Amino acid sequence: MMIRKFYYGDIPEDAGTGSGSANTEVKSSKDWPLWEVFIRSKQGLDHKHVGSLHAADAEMAIENARDVYTRRMEGVSIWVVESQYIHASNPDDADSFYEPANDKVYRHPTFYQLPDELSHM
Amino acid sequence: MLEQQFQSKIDNEIKIEPKDWMPEAYRKTLLRQISQHAHSEVVGMLPEGNWITRAPSLKRKAVLLAKVQDEAGHGLYLYSAAETLGFSRDQMIHDLLTGKAKYSSIFNYPTLSWSDIGAIGWLVDGAAIMNQVMLCRTSYGPYARAMVRICKEESFHQRQGFEILLTLSQGTEAQKAMCQDSINRWWWPSLMMFGPKDSESTHSDQSTKWKIKRKSNDQLRQEFVDMIAEQVKILGMTLPDPDLKWNESRGHYDFGEINWEEFWNVVKGNGPCNKQRLEARNKAHEEGRWVREAAIAYAQKKAERTKNQAA
Repeated sequence: MMIRKFYYGDIPEDAGTGSGSANTEVKSSKDWPLWEVFIRSKQGLDHKHVGSLHAADAEMAIENARDVYTRRMEGVSIWVVESQYIHASNPDDADSFYEPANDKVYRHPTFYQLPDELSHM
Repeated sequence: MLEQQFQSKIDNEIKIEPKDWMPEAYRKTLLRQISQHAHSEVVGMLPEGNWITRAPSLKRKAVLLAKVQDEAGHGLYLYSAAETLGFSRDQMIHDLLTGKAKYSSIFNYPTLSWSDIGAIGWLVDGAAIMNQVMLCRTSYGPYARAMVRICKEESFHQRQGFEILLTLSQGTEAQKAMCQDSINRWWWPSLMMFGPKDSESTHSDQSTKWKIKRKSNDQLRQEFVDMIAEQVKILGMTLPDPDLKWNESRGHYDFGEINWEEFWNVVKGNGPCNKQRLEARNKAHEEGRWVREAAIAYAQKKAERTKNQAA
């Protein structure tokens, strides 16, 4: 048996089970849904994913996002979207999914050998 | 095979993201660690919140409010990171409130004077920062990202703490004594924050192999002692350890033995404030229940109305 070393923030639970073992289930019908938060840090830049939070509705999600993700003027615009509506590519398929781009180096400008005296290109 | 691929990603410093395959033990270790870390941020608001109404000036009050609000935010970043591992927020909160989940023992000590707010910022946040800076490079992507955000905000916490002590250290005799008293009480519990000695583990360390942690408890603790032993001189105060001494050959400070009995006692729930902290959390949770329920009812009603109008 392996003896685990304990660190700060990693104290074993009394029962010897991690908090991951859900032996006392909590019903989640009344949970506030999870929202993903995107923030535009200044005009002219894209909104960027910064994290997530729980809120009862979109309005509350935006206000909570302001309170947790822009306390130091990190943003000028906030998007929120319920996490359940995000569709993602499957990391297990990454090799085949992105394969079509692998053999197309000619899509990069560096593929083309041109004389040094050619300028502005 | 999957495990080998996973380990080779770790070895090549490729971060693990939520939907990637990971060993069950890796997921569980992270869940335990991240949720304990989140609970620590949340419970950590209590000893400081105790002084918001009694802060000595409007400026100090505003600063302390901002700091406590940051801790709430840090709890949120960490809960969100833990949720990506497939564990619900409500379950985590439930585990905290029922006493099943642990949080950092340091928050089971009382804040007896205003000076304690300074000592917490300087020593407790200082110790937490050593750990958190290391965790910015942890192998699990969402945890690392949360840590980067937290570290950016945390440095103000430590600086404001030191400033409180610096002001007191330049004050009246009574203020100086208060400052020294806080340092005396918070020094040893702060050293305990780094956890048991490395020598207590005789087997290979899975957390290091998985790059969840990148430095050992003793390594981080030594770095902390070396840093604080110098900083305390600026305050003109002392650390309560007769064995604290610069060791030329090691290039580090030597320091005395930690009272591990006290450490395990507090971890097991017998610290000065364990009961009080959990009661305060439970009270807040119960008293906020109607707000949470009303908000969801309002959201449902509003959604219903919009649907009816559209129909």
